[in-house]
Amino acid sequence: MMKNVKIKTRNLDLYYGENHALKDINIDIEEKAITALIGPSGCGKSTYLKTLNRMNDFVNGVKITGEITLDGENIYAPGVDTTLLRKKVGMVFQQPNPFPMSIYDNIAYGPRLEGIRSRLRLDEIVETSLKQAAIWDEVKDRLKKSALGLSGGQQQRLCIARALAVQPEVLLMDEPTSALDPVSTLKIEELADELKKEYTIIIVTHNMQQAARISDRTAFFLLGEVIEDGKTEQMFSVPKDKRTEDYITGRFG
Amino acid sequence: MPNSLIKKKSRIQDTVLYICIYFSAAISVLLLIGIIGYVLVKGIGSINLEFLTKATSAIDGTTGIAGNIINTLYIIVITLLIATPIGVGSAIFLNEYAKPGRFVRIVEFTTETLAGIPSIIFGLFGMVFFGNTLKLGYSILSGAFTLTLMILPLITRNTQEALKTVPNSYRSGALGIGATKWYMIRTILLPSAMPGIITGIILAVGRIVGESAALLFTAGSGYILPKTPIGYFTKIFESGGTMTIQLYLSMSKGQYSIAFGIAVVLLVIVVGINFLTKFLAKKFDTGRRD
Repeated sequence: MMKNVKIKTRNLDLYYGENHALKDINIDIEEKAITALIGPSGCGKSTYLKTLNRMNDFVNGVKITGEITLDGENIYAPGVDTTLLRKKVGMVFQQPNPFPMSIYDNIAYGPRLEGIRSRLRLDEIVETSLKQAAIWDEVKDRLKKSALGLSGGQQQRLCIARALAVQPEVLLMDEPTSALDPVSTLKIEELADELKKEYTIIIVTHNMQQAARISDRTAFFLLGEVIEDGKTEQMFSVPKDKRTEDYITGRFG
Repeated sequence: MPNSLIKKKSRIQDTVLYICIYFSAAISVLLLIGIIGYVLVKGIGSINLEFLTKATSAIDGTTGIAGNIINTLYIIVITLLIATPIGVGSAIFLNEYAKPGRFVRIVEFTTETLAGIPSIIFGLFGMVFFGNTLKLGYSILSGAFTLTLMILPLITRNTQEALKTVPNSYRSGALGIGATKWYMIRTILLPSAMPGIITGIILAVGRIVGESAALLFTAGSGYILPKTPIGYFTKIFESGGTMTIQLYLSMSKGQYSIAFGIAVVLLVIVVGINFLTKFLAKKFDTGRRD
């Protein structure tokens, strides 16, 4: 059984116009652990990830029914402040997307948004966040330089630092290493392993080995449904469903 | 060696084409240099301190375009003050708020059409609406309002194009850490789109400086300098011709030395604007790279 449930999803259905993209999803996400969402392209795993901080709200013609609770509070209840939700549930995207400004300003973006103006306080947040994202040593001498001058792997860790700077509780990662080289990928994986001490992490990945290496729990998506979810070791050694077995052994996908 | 890669003879067509292209490029450059040179030679003699700092007056016996220079500045500033916020605002609305669809297409089509309408039609409308209906008569304000209509599409389209080139990942990145839409627009989109917005504004300045048809019957052709400090404010309710208007009037009166003098000043301004565009676009672009 799970220690603490951070996010509960109940009877979640999502439609893009006529397309029924998520079908009756029921998953529990464990607190301070890494949950991997796996499945072939177009199976709905990224779509599900985006429902967790309501990034799907920006898509035209999207319809969502069901319930997702964060610490017992329904994030789809009327009157929910989505900007507050997104501060609690941060997101790292597939393509590193630093803003076209200095490294310092990238990290300070979120804190400034919350109205923090004090230079000392901002310096402190920037340093802590960059240290947490294991990139401080590489950039501490060039904080005023443009973030676009960093390598892809550094940019992605910068984006993680930027997400951490607003002190979220949950970190959503949408295939964070798919655009990176193996060395940078390893760094991000080590980082995720470190971050799970303090944060609840949900990661979408195409890479089976990655899911097996870093996640505590795994959910397998297929055609908009969750086929199976549970402890990663268990799922990768004795999958309950034939389709899960076929997928993780590479028979399709 | 039948299979050698060495070219045996240069093809005649290539050579002919090369000469043609070279020739057309040379012609366009030479024409430009020729016109500028001709205007400079003819006009530079008319330019002196009096010409630039005094207004033409029969009583004082002076000849000058200071009044027109000031009118031009007034019209540029007033027009931009009105048109920039509206143009940038509507571009933001069209690109970031309006749902893509019929409405946006209609508005885009309208702005494109507006941009292609001959300026004399704006002049006609401005004279009748701002001049007669709103009772502004021949005044700098009436001219500035008319030009606002004319350059609004220019600023809107340029801003829109600039906004379209801002990657969507910036938007989702900012929204994803809890920025409100407006905060995201203010801190990410507008700075990224700034070079495009500035290009639009500068092009607009170019059109204002060069405009005559839309201004002749709205701003009129006054050329005197205000006599009191208050006059600098009330000026906007009075007739005031820009340099281009004065150039047109001087030509029609056969005062070619004045006309060429004004032409030189205008050319200098246009070249200045071009440099300014390049400089500002670069300056605002530096945030993007090391």
